[in-house]
Amino acid sequence: MLNFTIRRLVMAVPTVIIISLLIFLLLDLAPGDPTAQLPLTIPLEVRDEIRLALGLGDPVIVRYFKWLQMMLVNEPLHALEQVTGWNVAPDTQRILSWQSRSPVGDIIAQRIPQTLWVVGMGYLFGILIALPIGIISAYKQYSWFDQLGTFIAMVGFSVPVFFTGVVLILVFSVWLGWFPSMYDTTLRVTDWDSFMRQVRQMVLPVSVLALFNAAQISRFMRASMLDNLNMDYVRTARAKGLRERTVVMVHVLRNSMIPVVTVIALGVPSVFSGAIITETIFRVNGLGALLINAIYANDIPMIQTLTFIFAVLIVLFNLIADVIYGILDPRIRYD
Amino acid sequence: MRLKATLWGAAAALALVPAAAMAERERGSSGHLNIIYWQAVSTMNPFLSGGTKEMNASSIVLEPLARFDAAGELVAWLAEEIPTLDNGGVSEDLKTITWRLKEGLLWSDGTPVTAADVVFTHEYCTHPEGGCSYRDRFAGIESVVAEDDHTVVITFEDATPNPYIPFVGAGSPIIQQAQFQNCLGARAPECTDANFAPVGTGPYVVTDFRPNDVIQFEANPNYRVPTQPYFATITWAGGGDATGAARAVFQTGEMDYAWNLQLAPEVIEQMQSGGQGELLVDFGPLMERIELNFTDVSADLPDDERGTRMHPHPILTDIRVREALSRAIDRELLTEIGYGPTGRATCNFIVAPPAMASPNNDNCLVQDMDRANELLDEAGWERGPDGIRTRDGMRLELLFNTSTNAVRQDFQALIQQWWREIGVDTRLRNIDAGVFFGSDPSSPDTYVKFWADVQMYASLFEGTDPTPHLEQRRCGREPRPETQWPGQNINRYCNPEYDALWAELNREPDPERRQELVIALNDMFVQDFAHLPLVARGRVSAKSTDLGGVVMNVWDSEHWNQAEWYRITE
Repeated sequence: MLNFTIRRLVMAVPTVIIISLLIFLLLDLAPGDPTAQLPLTIPLEVRDEIRLALGLGDPVIVRYFKWLQMMLVNEPLHALEQVTGWNVAPDTQRILSWQSRSPVGDIIAQRIPQTLWVVGMGYLFGILIALPIGIISAYKQYSWFDQLGTFIAMVGFSVPVFFTGVVLILVFSVWLGWFPSMYDTTLRVTDWDSFMRQVRQMVLPVSVLALFNAAQISRFMRASMLDNLNMDYVRTARAKGLRERTVVMVHVLRNSMIPVVTVIALGVPSVFSGAIITETIFRVNGLGALLINAIYANDIPMIQTLTFIFAVLIVLFNLIADVIYGILDPRIRYD
Repeated sequence: MRLKATLWGAAAALALVPAAAMAERERGSSGHLNIIYWQAVSTMNPFLSGGTKEMNASSIVLEPLARFDAAGELVAWLAEEIPTLDNGGVSEDLKTITWRLKEGLLWSDGTPVTAADVVFTHEYCTHPEGGCSYRDRFAGIESVVAEDDHTVVITFEDATPNPYIPFVGAGSPIIQQAQFQNCLGARAPECTDANFAPVGTGPYVVTDFRPNDVIQFEANPNYRVPTQPYFATITWAGGGDATGAARAVFQTGEMDYAWNLQLAPEVIEQMQSGGQGELLVDFGPLMERIELNFTDVSADLPDDERGTRMHPHPILTDIRVREALSRAIDRELLTEIGYGPTGRATCNFIVAPPAMASPNNDNCLVQDMDRANELLDEAGWERGPDGIRTRDGMRLELLFNTSTNAVRQDFQALIQQWWREIGVDTRLRNIDAGVFFGSDPSSPDTYVKFWADVQMYASLFEGTDPTPHLEQRRCGREPRPETQWPGQNINRYCNPEYDALWAELNREPDPERRQELVIALNDMFVQDFAHLPLVARGRVSAKSTDLGGVVMNVWDSEHWNQAEWYRITE
């Protein structure tokens, strides 16, 4: 198992490098101009100077290797320096965002907490809601509970978040005034009062995301349970005289979890990439909002770095999913 | 009777109490202010950004020598007074201008502001490797010299009738030499701390800056007016979308001020009905127009001749066709659909300041299909069996480009239909704004290259002087392949009379005569139907009803008088 993990990790390195090159070339080929958003009063000659100052004068391959060096060496060193306080990265060049002209690493670090809180909570609550719904729906197939669960899942699937989000804001912020419509990223949780404010501002975006995630995962859970409930080993377990509770919650559930865990693990990188629409509606300035903003502004270093991090996370969680698979199902051994 | 009079007196005194309380406003007495910019601010150094949002946010920290008030008049800001020919501040040959700083000015860190800071600002922005966005503000300057601690002399290369461009307005503020002296040229982006929290002279100081997210300000303890600013702290939130920002002011009251609410007219109207906020609209030089190409852009031509003056446009060089296209458009309807109260139909090239807007062209505001058809008949275009006109075997067919934007696509569809009614076939294209307004010389789709017959976009000019804007339409100023397509004579207009009149304007120092010349140039341009003005677009923001002191300003930053904003108390 360990061998397998190490082998997969080593294999991941060239994969990730090729991905980064592809992203870089695609972004470079895509039409667009970082100065296009500026007011038309700024003349073209000045725009050319701005582009040169951004480093766009170099050929694409030079820019790629510069970026790769900064991404793989300088940025990790800076992160280390910030965590430990050791002076390991004096005066090394960092990846600068074209919009703010400041290191992208710092901005990403600033955005991670709110993304993890809001999108992460949305995912977590989604799972917590989805699993029981999926299990009960399957066990009591075609009961009113199953019908209701199916209905909610269909709503969560088919109604887009830009609709549910706005409806929730209208009802709970504008009419009832219970929750704020805008997320305040400067809020620090220091006491009970500020904790309650944090909870209140998280309620709406987390509900929207939880509904969406729960819809998806509960359907997987239900389908997987249904597959297993009709298996011979379930009949055997019942024939042995095991309690129904043990049959369902131990025998059936453990086997049914295998595909569901894979789906959940593969969904984790999407937590980090943020939820672009939800973040925009509730003004949660997380990683999703950062990415879409960078795309609008043609801020290539920012897009490149974010997409690269997402690529690494996806490769990593694929590996984690495989490993968990092996743990859940002792029959699967990779060595 | 006497008792009654006493009672009346007491009542009157009570009524006066709030007024007295208001008069005693002092620094910080209004508490906290919440501002929302749905397009979030990326940096506090306007020289490194060029965007309007960064210019506005930095304008409450960094200040120029003089700025424009809401009427577009110059007001001395860090300067003692506005230098003019009369007070000797501007030399007789119009080549030098001498600014004197106010006495006792302090930076927010407590050190004195000197003329050396002004000289340094010029050096910072004109550094060849700095990529300063407002570098053209310093064009044509020979030298900037500090005569003493409080006096700065700017010498221009040529006689300059309008010397109020460098260090004037929100795009040309003064930065502190001590803070930025190691940030010149290529090192500019390395000074993140300085770029995010510049030391300024304005009413506020940055306490926390998060790029593209939120900024926190507190009152500058060294601000020159001891009773101001009235708000102690400001949270300048960013992100979300325009609808959310409007909702936060009009409906939930979470925000006090929201910037740039370009929303559909019916959305604004509905939100406004809540009564919690008011819309602020004012009209500056921003104008939506259709440019008509005077050159042939046929794809059969080689790339280095396509869209150049070598090949005149086969259809649009005829003024009758241009006039017909203009007559067929209902500008009032377009304005109502696209902009509602935030737009005004117009027939002028120069739409503001009001004194420079020509009163002579309003006849184009009425759609006149009969006249349009007549003009095309006269020009020899005859209707074919499908209703589209032809002449000598050529169909009257135009390619119409614009950027991707819901309002612009509505306009395109309406105009296509009107033009169809007069027998003109229009093919529509919309191009991503990042490409259309980009300046990649290899892209065939930029608005500068203009490889289409007509295109629609909005443009404007800085400050209150339209001279440079009018200059753009001179012969020889058109974008050309041999110069990698810079130039702003987008439609490749060329009229020697226009050039001569512009040269006269550029020499003229007398303000009244300048106004006449601007109007004459405007009339010459639009009566030649060289382009088709459609809508003058306003700046649109919103404030909550209990926010006082806000004066909308289209000539400078909207926050030009931020120090005077206050909370209205009952």
